[in-house]
Amino acid sequence: MSDLTKLTLKSALEGLDSKAFSAVELTRAHLGAIEAAKPLNAFVLETPEKALEMAQASDARRAKGQAGALDGAPLGIKDLFCTEGVRSTACSKILGNFTPTYESSVTANLWRDGAVMLGKLNMDEFAMGSSNETSAFGPVINPWRGAGETTALTPGGSSGGSAAAVAAELCLGATATDTGGSIRQPAALTGTVGIKPTYGRCSRWGVVAFASSLDQAGPIARTVEDAALLLTSMAGHDPRDSTSLDVAVPDFASFVGKSVKGMRVGIPKEYRADGMPAEIETLWEQGIAWLKEAGCEIVEVSLPHTKYALPAYYIVAPAEASSNLARYDGMRFGLRVDGANLTETYEKTRAAGFGEEVKRRILIGTYVLSAGYYDAYYLKAQKVRQRIADDFDQAFERVDALLTPTAPSAAFPLGENADDPVAMYLNDIFTVTVNLAGLPGMSVPAGVDAKGLPLGLQLIGRALDEGSLFSLGGVIEKAAGFSAKPQRWW
Amino acid sequence: MTENTKLIQGRTGPWELVLGLEVHAQVASNAKLFSGAAVGFGAGPNAQVSLVDAAMPGMLPVINRRCVEQAVRTGLGLKAKINLTSTFDRKNYFYPDLPQGYQISQFKEPVVGEGEVLVELDDGETITVRIERLHLEQDAGKSLHDQDPDSTYVDLNRAGTALMEIVSRPDMRSSAQAAAYVKKLRTILVYLGTCDGDMEKGNLRADVNVSVCRPGAYEKFRATGDFSHLGTRCEIKNVNSYRYIQQAIEYEARRQIEILEDGGKIDQETRLFDPGKGETRSMRSKEEAHDYRYFPDPDLLPLVLDEAWVEAIRQSLPELPDPKKARLQAQYGLSAYDAGVLVGEQARADFFEAAAKGRDAKLVANWVTNDLAARLTAAGLDIEDSPISAGAIAELVALIEEGVISSKIAKDVFERMWAGDGAPRAIVEAQGLMQVSDTGELEAIIDGLIAANPAQAESVREKPQAIGWFVGQVMKATGGKANPGTVNQLLKAKLGL
Repeated sequence: MSDLTKLTLKSALEGLDSKAFSAVELTRAHLGAIEAAKPLNAFVLETPEKALEMAQASDARRAKGQAGALDGAPLGIKDLFCTEGVRSTACSKILGNFTPTYESSVTANLWRDGAVMLGKLNMDEFAMGSSNETSAFGPVINPWRGAGETTALTPGGSSGGSAAAVAAELCLGATATDTGGSIRQPAALTGTVGIKPTYGRCSRWGVVAFASSLDQAGPIARTVEDAALLLTSMAGHDPRDSTSLDVAVPDFASFVGKSVKGMRVGIPKEYRADGMPAEIETLWEQGIAWLKEAGCEIVEVSLPHTKYALPAYYIVAPAEASSNLARYDGMRFGLRVDGANLTETYEKTRAAGFGEEVKRRILIGTYVLSAGYYDAYYLKAQKVRQRIADDFDQAFERVDALLTPTAPSAAFPLGENADDPVAMYLNDIFTVTVNLAGLPGMSVPAGVDAKGLPLGLQLIGRALDEGSLFSLGGVIEKAAGFSAKPQRWW
Repeated sequence: MTENTKLIQGRTGPWELVLGLEVHAQVASNAKLFSGAAVGFGAGPNAQVSLVDAAMPGMLPVINRRCVEQAVRTGLGLKAKINLTSTFDRKNYFYPDLPQGYQISQFKEPVVGEGEVLVELDDGETITVRIERLHLEQDAGKSLHDQDPDSTYVDLNRAGTALMEIVSRPDMRSSAQAAAYVKKLRTILVYLGTCDGDMEKGNLRADVNVSVCRPGAYEKFRATGDFSHLGTRCEIKNVNSYRYIQQAIEYEARRQIEILEDGGKIDQETRLFDPGKGETRSMRSKEEAHDYRYFPDPDLLPLVLDEAWVEAIRQSLPELPDPKKARLQAQYGLSAYDAGVLVGEQARADFFEAAAKGRDAKLVANWVTNDLAARLTAAGLDIEDSPISAGAIAELVALIEEGVISSKIAKDVFERMWAGDGAPRAIVEAQGLMQVSDTGELEAIIDGLIAANPAQAESVREKPQAIGWFVGQVMKATGGKANPGTVNQLLKAKLGL
């Protein structure tokens, strides 16, 4: 039955439809794969009983001809999503065994369409990290290894568990979230497809907040079409999230395979970062060539404020985080370490509950919002943010989408940037601009480096134009013929 | 308030008070500002708490349209500018009764801008208190320190309830003015139906900013807007009665003057009023003040109001105290004082108008503002719960107007009405309280009195002012029911005056 885990989401749904196998069989196959993949540390909580229960219910629905769009599809859920009756920790000690009495809107949408939950996926603590090493449950190990090497590599972060689980065929797809690149960078480092939709497409209700104005949920999947199927289900207006967009959700899968002839694709010159590895440069050129062949017009564009994006991001995101994480005070849920008085209880609880990276960002955020520093940091960063959005607006007057690399390198060894937060932050250099401007961005696997490790290309679209990304992503996917799989070592 | 009473005499010369108030008024609404949870007084601890109020992970605020409408209504009632775009900010600080770790408030762009309140003082003078702004914000929960010797309990029922913070300019110059301002503000809010005004429950409370300066300094401040002309201010937090507001201000003014006259400096600080001791004491100094790290709440979009919606609210405003007072004076010929007392409560004005229809309005006003008001106050009743209806007061006044009873007898009738003896006309008839205007009956009594008291009659003829003695005797003989006018007429005729 293990062949069932090799299916794409699309083909699995077809198999279920044609009664080639049942949802229970499909789910069992994945539960078996998860059981065998413990060394990856991708799941922090497996929910086999719930999964089988959901699969049985799915089979019953399908038998009655009432199957939903994703009925019977086993998925992994990033631990940032609150799931009713299932421990949700954001991979932080401070949440302890917190078990919500509510279901996040995004996961509720997936269950509405019949999907099956396999368990909760590992991630950087509170989604703060680019290597999954800040998780309270320990790092996820990338299923990919360099050719002939045994060095443990990072799957990227923060959605490292989601990306690794999808790449290692532990689930047909996974939910993820992206605040500065947390869907796209891990997708690039694991040879998977990840899309961060337009800010407001997916409800943030029930998703543990990192930086509210940047956080956005999206899927990680093995194909562009699978990602489209998942996003169609996850997205939608939610009156419980004031920043949710009240717009119709198109059938995103219908854009996959559409002709891109005549589409204008911009190449932002500022993204040619100094010291970019030649392999990335080559991959980018290759991507340009593929799109040209498909009939796209390639246009060089300028996004002049790009160089300020990373510093602005690392002011805005920690500022919001420092406030969003104030609720973890040991008073109502999660960890509590008692002290002699209230202040001491706060201090001990938060000192014990938060990891180093989270503490660092709370400190940075608290600092930049402090009296006397607010104007110089937070306000300035907001101005930069506006300029970056304006840059994109101007570029999109001339082009329909942008093509860039997703990440500055392939997967790197665990521990490599552990002592150098700034080097770690540079992983987000091509992705944060998209969050700052609220635009949709997608990473598509496009090739491998000399060691055989996957590399991704990023497509950036106009607000609410995920459709073009699915069309262009489909073209790159097809042209690249990316078929490499991680060699199973676990 | 005259110039002289505004001065406070110190050892080194006179001082003046400068006062500005921040009034927190709980918005009258069935649900909280950003969650669907119910609002109410008296529910069990933590019975009215939603996931949002408890700041559970992943919960998000959604603005309550009703609360915004109430804030706009209040702004319009204060003749203030309504800002069609306003924003919400987070005020960050840690406390167990603040589950989010921040209060959602409006810091930079409040929903309501500048307005004004006309405040009538007891001596008849009217001052204008300028409103700087009104903004919406969340209330915190309650920390209960008296439930357990070692622990503090937290009740989150109030957490997230909508408050309007109404900030005045430093336009008040005496404790009486400050109390009168809060009273007037409360009246307007209750008229508008935007706050129940219940100060005992803390639904309306004031932070009072107090400073003192030498005569002349305030005028310089008003001319230039430069606060450096004024003294350093202290803020007295959460005072919730008119009396406490006055006591707190008076204590605080004395305290500041003493420090200054001893050559000291006032520290800008937050203070608490202790009603038991009648003192203010330091809560936290400027150095200990929180750095609230205000920033725009990224969970909420700017609040954008439709001009037509605001206009519709404006059209739905009730008649407010100031125009109502002017109308009562014009329409019913009432004095400014009577009209002022009547409009102090909307229900009292309504009661008056219902009773005054077709009657002597001044007489009705007297009954409503004196006898009835005194009785209601003594019984602790609101006029809505008055055992005597407006119709009954109208009937009582009609009996006086018709000459059926005298004003004096009317007082007895009123007491019987209060006691529940029935309608006034029925009481008068049952008790035989009708005024005696029958000249035949009265003539007989007068003739008898003059005959029996020749010496008295003689002295009245010499000194007509002494006629009162005979009037009294006639009243005595008729049990007070004689019509005084008729008695006077007859006596004058009989005595040849």
